[in-house]
Amino acid sequence: MNISRRQMLILLPAAAVAWEYAVAGTPEQSPNYKMSDHWWGMLIDIPKCIGCGNCVRACRTENDVPEGFYRTWVERYHVSDEDMTQPEVISPHGGENGFPVAAEDDKKYFFVPKMCNHCADSPCTQVCPVGATFVAPDGVVLVDQKYCLGCAYCVQACPYGCRYIHPQKETADKCTLCYHRITQGLTTACCEVCPTGARQLVDLKDPKDPIHEFLKTHSVQVLKPQMATGAKAFYYGLDGSVR
Amino acid sequence: MSTFKNAGHLFRFAGLFVLAFLVFLVVRHYVVPKSFGQYGHYRGAAMGEIAAHPTKFVGHETCEACHADEAAKKQAGKHAHLSCEACHGAIFQKLPADQPKLNLYGRFLALVGKSLPPDVPILHHAEDPTTVKPVLPDTAVLCARCHTASAAKPKGFPQVNPAEHSNGVPCDTCHQPHSPAIDAGGAK
Repeated sequence: MNISRRQMLILLPAAAVAWEYAVAGTPEQSPNYKMSDHWWGMLIDIPKCIGCGNCVRACRTENDVPEGFYRTWVERYHVSDEDMTQPEVISPHGGENGFPVAAEDDKKYFFVPKMCNHCADSPCTQVCPVGATFVAPDGVVLVDQKYCLGCAYCVQACPYGCRYIHPQKETADKCTLCYHRITQGLTTACCEVCPTGARQLVDLKDPKDPIHEFLKTHSVQVLKPQMATGAKAFYYGLDGSVR
Repeated sequence: MSTFKNAGHLFRFAGLFVLAFLVFLVVRHYVVPKSFGQYGHYRGAAMGEIAAHPTKFVGHETCEACHADEAAKKQAGKHAHLSCEACHGAIFQKLPADQPKLNLYGRFLALVGKSLPPDVPILHHAEDPTTVKPVLPDTAVLCARCHTASAAKPKGFPQVNPAEHSNGVPCDTCHQPHSPAIDAGGAK
């Protein structure tokens, strides 16, 4: 074959590109985990929550969440029957060390655990200018720490206030739904340590998951449904005063 | 041939375009990560990296593999539905992390004063029970967190006022935490 210098110059880079594309390819996380078989979410059973803060502490330990930042936190609502639009809400240190003792009065109390809702139509992923945050094929909203610029658009876009800028990494950080755990068949750290079963990891694509029966027989709500985020943190017993 | 007689400058220009396009392709190839676009407008390999984070709470099945006696006690009592780590916490120690060999991007990040600290490797009690010793939970803090009476807690949940209930005596003086009900043989 007779190739001129000019042809060679054109062919070499083209061949390099073609070759790299041919050998590229990323295997899935673990051999037993198939992303397309799952669609993860969370069920939060408000009447069961006692506000012990186990979930908040476990999340910090499991995911090395820096002090002062929270991937999950617990709020305590105190609502009067006259004006439920003005609830008194406290969350001292995210409920990490529990809550002060509440005295009985004529208003109602309840705890609301909060976390990333792992929205199917997530506003946070839509605003990312570089494709660093995304809804994974199994429904978990994740942040690519190596790709994130730390512009914080997503922090502003999240209607639930679930994101923060990690002080050391200077990238967006959030609940991963313990992705490293659920991909190997474990439940999330918060669900593992919840003493009353107020939190349950659910897989909406698993026909044997009890969530299907629960959703069929209970009134379940998501936070800010009017924003059509496709939130997958399902709240049972959610009060109208919760925002 | 006469059609292209005076078009030599156009061919040279077109050649420049082709060359620039090839340069673009080559640069793009090296700049865009391999797995970008594999599943969508993001780096597919990121999911594997996130999934590689070390697990600290190992789950009650792992604990029960060795501590079957405690598990049986717990199973018989009111705390049956609690996972071991709900009270004992994750039992592990952190290991010194290897300083990662920085690639070009890592060096760029370091240059602009940003770093991505690697996941700290851990040694779990389940891997080496002699080196990594569990700490006995302080029942005064632990029990109180759930069982201190508060109007905010669900009515059916067992609650006491610690000062009235035990007058400062530690909970495990009377209650056996794995099966705490005294009338059910839970007394110490």
